[in-house]
Amino acid sequence: MPSYKAPVEDMMFVLKDVLGAGQVFAEIPAYAEIDTDVVENVLEEAGRFCTEILQPLNMSGDAEGCRLEGGVVRTPKGFAEAYAAFCDAGWGGLSASPDHGGQGLPRTVQILVDEMLSASNLSFGLFPGLTRGAYEAIEAHGDEALKALYLPKMIAGTWTGAMALTEGGAGSDLGLLKATAVPRGDGSYTVTGSKIFISSGDHDMAENVIHLVLARLPDAPAGTRGISLFLCPKYLVDRDGTPGARNAISVGALEHKMGIHAQPTCVMNYDGCQGWLVGEEHRGLAAMFTMMNAERLFVGMQGLGVADASYQTAATYARERLQGRATDIAGTAPIIAHPDVRRMLLSMLSFIEAGRALSLFTALEMDKEKFHPDPDIRRVSGGLVALLTPVIKAALTDFGFEAAVLGQQVLGGHGYIREWGQEQFVRDARIAMIYEGTNGIQAQDLVLRKLPLDGGRPVRTFLGLIRETLEQADGSAEAAAQCAALREALAHLEQVTARLVDGDLAGSDERNAAATDYLRLFALVSFGWLWLRMTLVVLKKGEGADAHARRKIALGRFFAGRILPQAGALARQIDAGSAPVMALAAGDF
Amino acid sequence: MKKILVPVKMVLDSNARPRVRTDETGIDVAGMRMSINPFCEIAVEEALRLKEAGAAEEVVVVSIGPAKAQDTLRQALAMGADRAMLIQTDETVEPLAVAKLLCAVAREEVPDLVILGKQAIDDDCNQTGQMLAALLGWPQATFASAVRFAENRLLVTREIDAGLQTLSLPLPAVVTTDLRLNEPRHCALPNIMKARKKSLTVCVPADYGIDIGRRLKIVAVRPPAGRKPGIRVATASELVSDLRAAGLV
Repeated sequence: MPSYKAPVEDMMFVLKDVLGAGQVFAEIPAYAEIDTDVVENVLEEAGRFCTEILQPLNMSGDAEGCRLEGGVVRTPKGFAEAYAAFCDAGWGGLSASPDHGGQGLPRTVQILVDEMLSASNLSFGLFPGLTRGAYEAIEAHGDEALKALYLPKMIAGTWTGAMALTEGGAGSDLGLLKATAVPRGDGSYTVTGSKIFISSGDHDMAENVIHLVLARLPDAPAGTRGISLFLCPKYLVDRDGTPGARNAISVGALEHKMGIHAQPTCVMNYDGCQGWLVGEEHRGLAAMFTMMNAERLFVGMQGLGVADASYQTAATYARERLQGRATDIAGTAPIIAHPDVRRMLLSMLSFIEAGRALSLFTALEMDKEKFHPDPDIRRVSGGLVALLTPVIKAALTDFGFEAAVLGQQVLGGHGYIREWGQEQFVRDARIAMIYEGTNGIQAQDLVLRKLPLDGGRPVRTFLGLIRETLEQADGSAEAAAQCAALREALAHLEQVTARLVDGDLAGSDERNAAATDYLRLFALVSFGWLWLRMTLVVLKKGEGADAHARRKIALGRFFAGRILPQAGALARQIDAGSAPVMALAAGDF
Repeated sequence: MKKILVPVKMVLDSNARPRVRTDETGIDVAGMRMSINPFCEIAVEEALRLKEAGAAEEVVVVSIGPAKAQDTLRQALAMGADRAMLIQTDETVEPLAVAKLLCAVAREEVPDLVILGKQAIDDDCNQTGQMLAALLGWPQATFASAVRFAENRLLVTREIDAGLQTLSLPLPAVVTTDLRLNEPRHCALPNIMKARKKSLTVCVPADYGIDIGRRLKIVAVRPPAGRKPGIRVATASELVSDLRAAGLV
């Protein structure tokens, strides 16, 4: 049975010591009441909730799964009670606006709680995660009447949210979707269509499910510019917010899937149900995309969270499992003494802690983008968020899955059987690479849209930050090897970036073929940068550094020596261009 | 009851791995994770339940310890306590000095009930509550596994060697909590936020004119010796004779 403890100490180290979040919060009037002490209190208590209430349901929920009974989805034993406790404790409204009953905490805190939820119970974490995505979309685009009616209950968690985008014929290319919406003349619409892969599409844990459905109006232009967003509640809501008659929404089937078995992923049928327009006509996709950055960051945290859960089990196991002989150890050695086992654990951990730092860096930029009083800072932060969002979504879920596989490998056969929970982490982590835009789509987004964004300003700013840290590190003998490794990797990244933006790799096939390798290269350099930043913080503390801080030095060196050199190989792969990818004729596959 | 006073202690977290100082003077807690003593947390919970049941109007928490003990008090406030006070000192305060300080606080605050953990998990003294009751001249009920308030008396069920004993106490009284009294609540997020705004006053032992000088001498603190390997015996009678030889039966 896995035993997950939220890494609050590391979270606080990054927030306070590396990113100086306390100072940033102090500059933002909306966070006047937030300091890092209260953040720590919140994280401690959230961690306790995840460890004591959600984690014990993770394996049982996986084994039992969801059932469709008489058209209603039944969640596994204990989920409804846990969800009620989650709502009673107010966790659903953590970062929601205080105007509608939320606690107004920063995004930085939200993503850390997301990480804990994902580590302790990914299936459960999706319920509040999707509800948040839905209420943020309604808050940003809905009219006042919709907001007043739906936001308080969704923020309290009394009603949950579902995002109905994908159809059988429209996945990555939503321009192909066929669901329709026809005005009823009373301000509402009749929505008809069938959607697949709808997470939290239906369940028995809350009194209503609020679906945000993408559909086409009768006069809609073809493609992505003809899609509108509709709010369709499972139960129609009267003026004072009481759910009444059942709307014409039904569960067609539960998807049978590889992991997240406790999460009801539904085929949903909207059979002429009543819906209300959210935002402007034909602007539905744009409305969805305003909350997409936050949702993609959330999915990145899922990869990270599962990786950490797997790591914690693997590290505990490796300390206790006695197999083989090792230098300097009498008798049978714990497997953590073996260099190859250490390589696996360190690969996991050096990714996890750098990934956490990169996510927190981005979330803090998100907080600045939204609330900072200085418009110049908001603009720069917005650019960084746009640039880093696809990197976090794809890299944290790719590396997260790889980490889960390593965590399984550490346990050998015990990682493959169910008892230790490691194989569940592998199955659960896999989805995060696929949904919310596949990682291939994220890579395309990075290369085709984010690199050229604002004349290339965001990427120049980001690379400039890395060079700045390298300059600060100049002259530090302890960090010299790390600096050299980062400088080399950064040179590869800069060179490839220039070629993709307006050099020999700027053609559309070239960019497409390079995108996934490029995103990985980008992520490795970003991780290397954050390892250097963390190392410099610890070195500056000198004798005053505590045990947690001191171990960062060893981890940073491992990353620079054993992982970061992969940047060179990726650059060479990209160098080969699209020709080897396109050489084989489609018929020859 | 108008007021319940709950003394709480900050201790090394039960999940932390304690390190004995090399000079054998005690445990090195620098940079270690600290939290509220579990028995104290149970005492806070019980006080809050009494208040929520209408048996008390106000719950005040008090701690004696370093500035960081404010975190412990904030947690009690987040659970639902109304206000907090810290008697700040970086010294190790022995149970008698703690009892004297709490006695002084009780004389000032005039609570109807002082409820506190039966012991702290760091030094396991199990003395403070008893000493406090003696200093105040109040009745005491230690190791409580159930507490009920009725007709201005407190019915306290105690876990004793022979089973369960129920005492009926007039107020004011001192109660110390055992592990099975209740299961402390999870703090709700809005309450964590509200706790920041609740009153937390800080003073020092000298404000009460109490001498907290040490009266006990710690000779040495050492980690337990490593476990020796066992031996395997062939038969039950061999086991019995070995145990006899070792003087264990």
